[in-house]
Amino acid sequence: MPNRTKEPFIRIIKRDSMPFAKRVLVRVLAILASLLVSAVFIFIITRSNPADVYRSLVDGAIGTGRRTWNTLRDTSILLATALAITPAFKMRFWNIGAEGQILVGGIATAAIMRYWGNSVHPLVMFAAMVIVSVLAGLVWGIIPAFFKAHWNTNETLFTLMMNYIAIQLTAFFSIVWEAKKGSGTIGTINQKTQAGWISTGFLPDIFGKFNYSINVIIILALTIAMFIYLTYTKHGYEISVVGQSENTARYAGIHVKTVILRTMALSGAICGFTGFLLVSGSSHTISTNTAGGRGFTAIIVSWLAKFNPFIMILISFFLVFMGNGATQIASEFQLNESASEVITGIILFFILGSEFFINFKPVFRRNGKESAA
Amino acid sequence: MKVLKNAAAVAAALALCAAMGVCAAEPVDPADLKVGVIYVGDDNEGYSLSHMKGVDGMQEALGLSDDQVIEKFNIPEDESCYDAAVDLAEQGCQLIFATSFGHEDYLIQVASEYPDVQFCHATGYQAASSELENMHNYFTSIYEARYVSGVVAGMKLAEQIAAGVPTDANYDADGNLKIGYVGAYSYAEVISGYTSFFLGIRSVVPNVVMEVKYTGSWADQALEKETAEALIADGCFLVGQHADTTGAAAACEAGKTWHVGYNVGMLDVAPNYDLTSSTNNWAPYYTYAAECVVAGEPIDVDWCKGHSEGAVAITDLGQSVAEGTAEKVEETWAAIDDGSLHVFDTSTWTVGGETITTTASDDLADVFYGVEHISEDGSYFMESAVGSAPAFSFVIDGITELNQVY
Repeated sequence: MPNRTKEPFIRIIKRDSMPFAKRVLVRVLAILASLLVSAVFIFIITRSNPADVYRSLVDGAIGTGRRTWNTLRDTSILLATALAITPAFKMRFWNIGAEGQILVGGIATAAIMRYWGNSVHPLVMFAAMVIVSVLAGLVWGIIPAFFKAHWNTNETLFTLMMNYIAIQLTAFFSIVWEAKKGSGTIGTINQKTQAGWISTGFLPDIFGKFNYSINVIIILALTIAMFIYLTYTKHGYEISVVGQSENTARYAGIHVKTVILRTMALSGAICGFTGFLLVSGSSHTISTNTAGGRGFTAIIVSWLAKFNPFIMILISFFLVFMGNGATQIASEFQLNESASEVITGIILFFILGSEFFINFKPVFRRNGKESAA
Repeated sequence: MKVLKNAAAVAAALALCAAMGVCAAEPVDPADLKVGVIYVGDDNEGYSLSHMKGVDGMQEALGLSDDQVIEKFNIPEDESCYDAAVDLAEQGCQLIFATSFGHEDYLIQVASEYPDVQFCHATGYQAASSELENMHNYFTSIYEARYVSGVVAGMKLAEQIAAGVPTDANYDADGNLKIGYVGAYSYAEVISGYTSFFLGIRSVVPNVVMEVKYTGSWADQALEKETAEALIADGCFLVGQHADTTGAAAACEAGKTWHVGYNVGMLDVAPNYDLTSSTNNWAPYYTYAAECVVAGEPIDVDWCKGHSEGAVAITDLGQSVAEGTAEKVEETWAAIDDGSLHVFDTSTWTVGGETITTTASDDLADVFYGVEHISEDGSYFMESAVGSAPAFSFVIDGITELNQVY
């Protein structure tokens, strides 16, 4: 009897496992439900037909050639960031400093573009940009790893604080390099000469005049490389062992400190490289908005994909598709930009919720008998 | 024969275009016109609101329907402006406006990619140097309105001094009455603004000095209020401002200090202490540019018009203005309109005790790039004559900058 009275009305228990088809079904249903709730939200504030609103969403993401390229560009950058943080997260090293690691890589790239833009051979310049951006990101990533490996400092706080330093550095350089005294913005770097811009002009005209095909191809290659690294190499194996249990790793003779340092160096380096792709390949400028919160969104991408690089492609595409589409909704229906954030928020809420119900199930108390819902 | 005649006409037209160096685009039927606008903010913020009103005015003047005007709000001064402008061009806009200073580089980039679309950028300075025929800058001669709002303030100060209201704390060691100014950033647009305001005051009350304090933000209600409070605590008897919120007005009402605003009338926030605001009216420009596109005529590379064209004004006078202010305002406007009064008359201000006779000298090269802004007879600084954006960047005698924020 005392046992019975203590039993709560709802208990959450872990599911054993769910068949693959059912898991897919739950996720699809979650997305449909989120679209439905967003439709209600949109209807309440615009009084427009939700079907029109969804047409405008698709139109905003892939409605024209340029919009499709913008969506692909943003997808690939988000994907690159997710790839960058994945090794660290798989090792249970909470690198929430991707934002800062991207920015320092971007600053390094911008510096080369500004100072060497018109004086050195493009090949030398691109090599220099890649090297310095990778190094900058690497240093930014390895500092918290060093403290973690040696003194077990909290890497979440450490990487977070490194973000603020990087943002302030960017603000500092925005003034050092400002286009016009007092403006506080750098503007487009090398606008007239386009020196240091990743140009797709030499490609045959298969993708149209303006495209980001080089960014996309590089990042696809990176995706495959990351998959191989995590799945088939000794490093990848060590990362997952350290992630499961540091003691087991030690027992198995893995040098945990080295793995932490090496993995964060890699994570930071890829973030720095992403900063290079952002500045040289698409933005051609740097500001405190350049990383644009991708360092944080990438965490969601990486986790939802359960660290599988190929699933990350789908998830980053979906998030960017919804984000760009929502911006179009905001513009077409004269809504504030925040409306698009609300819609993205609703969708993320449902996706994360579906993951919860795939892994757990609520159990209701009923007349002393248990029944799973 | 007819074909031949047409061909000849076309050839002649092309030759004419080539000779003029400017080739006007084809006229556009107003029913087919599509206009895109990129705002840095939205209707919650005075600066963007004044542009939105201007665009509404243009839409009405040309009789455009709502779907012929595509507006993008809250576009920051970074590469998102590039995406926004490309998107507007892709949607078929023949005319695209961007309203904030930092949008310019991105707009130039898009202008070079879409040569058939006209791009107009407010407050910028690079249209002429970009050498793109479809890139244009525009601004208003807001300094005229600032000067007149300064005259309104000066009238009030004169009345108060005559009544013996200011206390010792309101005067500096040399017996000058102290006033304050809340600015956004330390650059030409703001400097030109407070200088014209100050000169307007000094045209009525000669013995005033002004302290300027910058906030480092265009729109930060709390910070603007705090900055105004600091100036009031320092003994400033009146506070003027150049930022986008009503923070300073609220501080002045609470601190029983006279106030002059910007962009919008602020009487609802400071009913007892607000005198007036200087304000832009963007509708004349937006209408002009849209009419140019409809007629297939080129748009001015640099457009800057003032009160005579209806592009600047001051808002309704507050209840507490001094007697005779309305008449004095009319008189000043008339003098500005007919050109007999120049706001930056070099005989009314000095820098380090010296009268400025040229801006093209070597020691000013890093500010004015060797460009001459002083009129040929040396009598005044020709604000916004060389480019549409404000250029006046001297801190003149009588004005003290308490800080500098870029």
